Amino acid sequence: MTQSIVVQVGQCGNQIGCRFWDLALREHASTNKNGIFDESLSSFFRNVDTRYKNPIDIPLGNSKQKIKSLKARAVMIDMEEGVVNEILKGPLRDVFDCQQLITDVSGSGNNWATGFMMYGQRYREQISEVIRHAAELCDCLQCFFLIHSMGGGTGSGLGTSVLNLLADEYTDVYRFTSAVYPSADDDVITSPYNSVLAMHQLTEYADCVLPIENQALVDICNKVSSALPPTKTGKKVYHQSSQCHIKASSAITSSDGGVKKGPEKPFDNMNNIAANLTLNMTSSSRFEGSLNVDLNEITMNLVPFPKLHYLVSSQTPLYSLTDVKLPPRRLDQMFSDAFSKDHQLIKADPKHSLYLACALMLRGNVEISDIRRNIERLKPSLHFIHWNQEGWKTGLCSVPPVGNPYSLLALSNNTCIRHTFGELKDRFMKLYKRKAHVHHYTHVDGMEASQFDSSIESLKWLIQEYETLEAQMGRTVEDIPRLKIA
Amino acid sequence: MSVVSLQLGQCGNQIGGELFNLLIEDATKLNPQFFSKSVDSKVNHEYDCEVVERFFTRDKTGNSLNARAVMIDMESKAISQTLSQAKKSGKWCYPEGQQFCQKRGSGNNWAHGFLEHGPKSWERVLDMVQKEVEKCDRFCGFLIFMSLAGGTGSGVGAYITGSLRDEFPHSFILNQVVWPYGTGEVIVQNYNAILTLSHLYRCSDGIVILENDKLQNICSRLMNLKHISFKDINEVISHKLASVLQPVKLFSQGRDAGFYKHATSVRNLLGDLIEQVCPHPEYKLMTLKNIPQMSEKSLAYSTYTWTGLLKHLRQMLIADASMEEGIDWEVKIPVPSNPDGEDYHQRPGELPRLKTRFNKSIANLLVLRGVDVHKSDLASFTDPRLNASWVPSGCATTIWCHPRPFNNYEKSATLLSNSQTPVAPLNFVVQKAWNMFTSRAYVHQYLKYGMAEDHFVDSFAATEQIIKSYSSL
Ligand SMILES: Nc1nc2c(ncn2[C@@H]2O[C@H](COP(=O)(O)OP(=O)(O)OP(=O)(O)O)[C@@H](O)[C@H]2O)c(=O)[nH]1
Ligand SMILES: Nc1nc2c(ncn2[C@@H]2O[C@H](COP(=O)(O)OP(=O)(O)O)[C@@H](O)[C@H]2O)c(=O)[nH]1
Ligand SMILES: [Mg+2]
Ligand SMILES: [Mg+2]
Repeated sequence: MTQSIVVQVGQCGNQIGCRFWDLALREHASTNKNGIFDESLSSFFRNVDTRYKNPIDIPLGNSKQKIKSLKARAVMIDMEEGVVNEILKGPLRDVFDCQQLITDVSGSGNNWATGFMMYGQRYREQISEVIRHAAELCDCLQCFFLIHSMGGGTGSGLGTSVLNLLADEYTDVYRFTSAVYPSADDDVITSPYNSVLAMHQLTEYADCVLPIENQALVDICNKVSSALPPTKTGKKVYHQSSQCHIKASSAITSSDGGVKKGPEKPFDNMNNIAANLTLNMTSSSRFEGSLNVDLNEITMNLVPFPKLHYLVSSQTPLYSLTDVKLPPRRLDQMFSDAFSKDHQLIKADPKHSLYLACALMLRGNVEISDIRRNIERLKPSLHFIHWNQEGWKTGLCSVPPVGNPYSLLALSNNTCIRHTFGELKDRFMKLYKRKAHVHHYTHVDGMEASQFDSSIESLKWLIQEYETLEAQMGRTVEDIPRLKIA
Repeated sequence: MSVVSLQLGQCGNQIGGELFNLLIEDATKLNPQFFSKSVDSKVNHEYDCEVVERFFTRDKTGNSLNARAVMIDMESKAISQTLSQAKKSGKWCYPEGQQFCQKRGSGNNWAHGFLEHGPKSWERVLDMVQKEVEKCDRFCGFLIFMSLAGGTGSGVGAYITGSLRDEFPHSFILNQVVWPYGTGEVIVQNYNAILTLSHLYRCSDGIVILENDKLQNICSRLMNLKHISFKDINEVISHKLASVLQPVKLFSQGRDAGFYKHATSVRNLLGDLIEQVCPHPEYKLMTLKNIPQMSEKSLAYSTYTWTGLLKHLRQMLIADASMEEGIDWEVKIPVPSNPDGEDYHQRPGELPRLKTRFNKSIANLLVLRGVDVHKSDLASFTDPRLNASWVPSGCATTIWCHPRPFNNYEKSATLLSNSQTPVAPLNFVVQKAWNMFTSRAYVHQYLKYGMAEDHFVDSFAATEQIIKSYSSL
């Protein structure tokens, strides 16, 4: 089995990363009953003997070793100390050690150029060193998961600088990015600049980008909390029908069962959704199933052209019922919901745009015939590009997410994403027309004004590509004349 | 004579595991009601021994059976799952050290499998294969399980089949390939399928096609299953394959029941099968049709006559039906008195049917198993009109049989046929792949591993040629 390294950069990256590690531990704890360090644990964790001053890794060997002390295959980077320090003081402190983190004190001031140019230069050696160390502890490194926001300075700037470094030094290790896009009303004024500058890098150097929009996370959280029963302390009282008991701990926003105790922070619920995305996407490569989906299959199936590697994701169900006798209708509902616009992790509506490709990754008690039935049922309501009318990728992993009998992660390469990009472009242009704040960027050593132009050009090109493809929607599908054999 | 199996990729490993399970189950368990004068404990013992000789080795203690199989995958999970399932059976397992796996899969990329993993794996795979071949007193050939849609079964499978051909030029190689669902399950499945088929066509002796769509239909319509898993589908595949691969004798018309008790078995099963069914290098595709097929529960309440079974099976052949339900009985072979086929059933107000509408064959192997097998009348299968006109009559249909009921079915019949059946699915796959290829979608993923666009074009040409050969029968 292969290993992956999570590189979390900036406030957002580290906060989501922190939720990821908590939920990953929870997931493995619920499947690993014998306390043995097995292959599936080794994909995100190391087993370490901490009795030594310089703790050494206990090799996986024949998967017979007891779990001693688990360490995350993580690299934490922030140019402020606050978030990382808090993590190191919190209940997760034992899964990280200080060799894995790089911090500074002054932050990037929500300036991509500071993150990318200044810190990118200053910390290049050190970051390279820390990542190399993490990579050397892997037996077969397959993938880097980069987690960061687009709107700030550190995640967006230094994060994409790290991406460049990875592309340079680890050419055949996949680079997946979970990128948090700012909402229209984001408090960071320069977020459109930062996002567009960062996107240029993502388009060039990532193998696969999973955009996540904060507004979409907020909406999903609201949807879940309006369905959840009131907490002991909460005042929320609402009517609940007797047959419909919702299991709070199964919610996609929930941290129940994790090591984290005490009050949840405002972003926690939202971040759990983003963290679950990485867990669900990797489940089939970590656990057994009758139709495995390895990480390299995701890009192979969902990226028809090199730079069009932005995937819209949705996860269903958002929570499950306590009633164990689930009617098949609910299973089918899970499939339907995955295509509805209020379950997507970006504010977009794939149903009314064009699919280039779609992956359905199932976990738990689902069989191949359930997938086939639902594909046939949903197909008529979806538009697929003429050369990929049967553009489905399917996977079955036997281990469900904690608290649920089954789940679905849908990953789509869909032209609806051009709307998200278009809005971002408009917000960028609104600022850039007046050259507002540009000097804060050009002041930074190494930053050229032309970066703004080339980045917005890159974005426009991307939008144009998706538009051209979408224009083919509804085109009557005709078979193309084939090779003639003499 | 013994057969060495290679299980490639997730699909190949899961199917191989299920097949060995069935081979042993069938050999060791005979429903007591089926014991008779012609199937006594001696016949039964012989059967068991033959199965073991063909597909298993005994370890030194003589108690436990090891499958004659080499397992190959580029990721470890499918193999470890299959190993532990075999162990759970308590009856057989896989030989130690005969598993080759890497850490990262081929990612559904044929080029990754064929151009990178294949060459890198070959040396060690060959070692394992040789070790397995040396265990055979008499070795007759290879059976290779793989899917067409993924990257390992298809890419590494095609590479290894080609390399085996070079290394064992005189051994028979039979590939069993799983055809992906038509509605899509791996997005590049059609690319991978034509690349694989075009390569196998050069180095394999015969290719048995099993379509997931049709298998799922069988599970739901004949086996009455609601939630169909890959395990269910693989059990159907195993049933079909085993019904051909288990011990058989040459059928001889007009013999009495005692005859088969003493008749010698077909020894070189794989070789004979290939020679009979794939006599011409342009025609290597085979499909399986069998009857009856039902859930264990219904089995107890059903009785069949050979006449009825054979009538259905023949109609399944000419009407190209994959199961006994929904056969089109209107399809008819033109009678000799009217070679242009003017006797088709023309309904008033309908266009006359095409005279060539029936499914034509190159060759067929019919395998009959069970009670009173000697009483079956096989005239309808020796009819030369079933076959292309240039096929010499008399050698187009081979009939094997065994009086011992197979897999709890009192009577069963299977047809391994080299006919036009694959034309429709092949046409579909080539069209879909071509539609995609003209937009060059996904092509960069293959070029990354050093493949050239010409390689695609060559494979298209080769598969078009296969379609043309079969269509013009
Ligand atoms: N009938 C049947 N088909 C299967 C099974 N497992 C996988 N498949 C089919 O095989 C194809 C996918 O190929 P896999 O065998 O999973 O791929 P692989 O050979 O392991 O190659 P990579 O994973 O790409 O390295 C699809 O068409 C699946 O439907 C199985 O157990 N039974
Ligand atoms: N979903 C989510 N978004 C966050 C979080 N923290 C910050 N953000 C978003 O990230 C952007 C600001 O970037 P931030 O990560 O604070 O900047 P950095 O530390 O300089 O990378 C804004 O769009 C915030 O809404 C978080 O924990 N979760
Ligand atoms: Mg900040
Ligand atoms: Mg595989």
